[in-house]
Amino acid sequence: MTSTLPPPERAGLARARISARTLRTDRWWVAPLLTTLGLTAFLVYGLVRALQQDHYWAADHGYLTPFYSPCIAAQCAPEAAHFGRLPFEFPWWLPYAAISLPFLLLFRFTCYYYRKAYYRSIWQAPTACAVREPHKRYTGESRFPMIGQNLHRYFFYIALVISVVNTYDAVLALFHGEQGGFGIGLGNLVLLGNVVLLWCYTLSCHSCRHVFGGRVNSFGRSPVRYWLWTQITRLNTRHMTFAWITLATLVITDLYVALVASGTVSDPRIFN
Amino acid sequence: MTKRTFNVWRGDGGAGALAAYEVEVNEGEVVLDVLHRLQATQAPDLAVRWNCKAGKCGSCSMEINGRPRLACMARMSTFAPDEAVTVTPMRTFPVIRDLVCDVSYNYQKAREIPSFTPPPDAKPGDFRMRQADVQRMQEFRKCIECFLCQNVCHVIRDHEENKESFSGPRFLMRVAELEMHPEDTADRRAIAQDEFGLGYCNITKCCTEVCPENIKITDNALIPLKERVADRKYDPLVWLGSRIGLRKGADTPLPPNTRTTTATPEQ
Repeated sequence: MTSTLPPPERAGLARARISARTLRTDRWWVAPLLTTLGLTAFLVYGLVRALQQDHYWAADHGYLTPFYSPCIAAQCAPEAAHFGRLPFEFPWWLPYAAISLPFLLLFRFTCYYYRKAYYRSIWQAPTACAVREPHKRYTGESRFPMIGQNLHRYFFYIALVISVVNTYDAVLALFHGEQGGFGIGLGNLVLLGNVVLLWCYTLSCHSCRHVFGGRVNSFGRSPVRYWLWTQITRLNTRHMTFAWITLATLVITDLYVALVASGTVSDPRIFN
Repeated sequence: MTKRTFNVWRGDGGAGALAAYEVEVNEGEVVLDVLHRLQATQAPDLAVRWNCKAGKCGSCSMEINGRPRLACMARMSTFAPDEAVTVTPMRTFPVIRDLVCDVSYNYQKAREIPSFTPPPDAKPGDFRMRQADVQRMQEFRKCIECFLCQNVCHVIRDHEENKESFSGPRFLMRVAELEMHPEDTADRRAIAQDEFGLGYCNITKCCTEVCPENIKITDNALIPLKERVADRKYDPLVWLGSRIGLRKGADTPLPPNTRTTTATPEQ
């Protein structure tokens, strides 16, 4: 049998010994810096608001912020608890939406885009392409705990359910007109816009692309899954864009609801 | 015509150093043209690997001002008028001389991949592939094997000790291509993770950034392969099926006589 072994490597050859961390002359550090600032700003804002336990529900217009959805603590306003309340009160350190926030955080933490973002900007593995990373050893996602990134699809399934809950909240808010019944205010548009973009982010997920069609080997024999895969792929090419836009819309939506709920601003009505 | 400063790596990997040259540059030229002028006028012994000068053979891979690029596709007009141009060999591979690297690591990794495995009863002329299936894999067939993705991947660029257990984006893309083939019967998902080191990839997309053929390596090959590996190795139902003997098929092992112990790291 003919051996398929490769020829022995040339002995004594060494890599180019270049001491500089990188020879890049462009501003490669700008993108990781902006990413770090953006992610930190969102996490700080989200933590403060989730623990505030106030100004989450604008009763006059039925606006519930997504940071408190579903509101399940015993302290939740009864009308804000669309899916009922637990019989005990939450301590100050437990968000009212404790049933959804951890999974949404894990969905984004294990998201293929956010992984790239924080591996580069925070973990610096690598900070930028062709820039030497500072770590002595590297095992990536091959060992515990980072091997857990492979659970992304399960957090995606949960995120799908939570997106339905957010949609329900936004639709329910449409039936809180000033005279009762159907009505539209600026807050409704903010809530609906946020929900649409959350769906875009969730459905553009790489796991979604795989589950709905990517796992199939023969598109020719699965035309429906091929069509689904094609549509999700169109969204998937903008996954990074949706990842950042939804961070912004979540903050804008929450801030708007907080301002209306606290009476700082009044909600301009478009219809009823 | 203008004069530009070129800092070029001269010598072998261990004892080499950057040498400065003042060299003429004309309108419309690329870095490879200037390197050829250097050979013709000042450094006749400068070693440069090149062939097509059209970005299709993948021979002239090097690092230009720190960025992995093809020298024949790097236009001089993209640099600032007073910017010095620094040209070094690819950092991930051992240097034979000057800008020429020993890329045999890649050939070794290519050999380790179980090849296309049609159904045993398939006869010549039996395959009928739909255009949609052809298109999905056609993207990966654009690869010119310049190995810029292998070079930029920090898993082996910054950690030479990982070379043994990591095949690099080019060859994980090859595994993904075979796995997506509608007529292939082998199952390379387990060895993709265990032998080819897919778990080392942290999808930072540098391979995609440097690809001169604009192949979406990460989005269309590596992430789909990670998802397929999750199907095989991290799905509780598949795991349960394997435990109680319900899982059909078997994992394809490494081809025999393809793996040798790679050289120990020099750095």
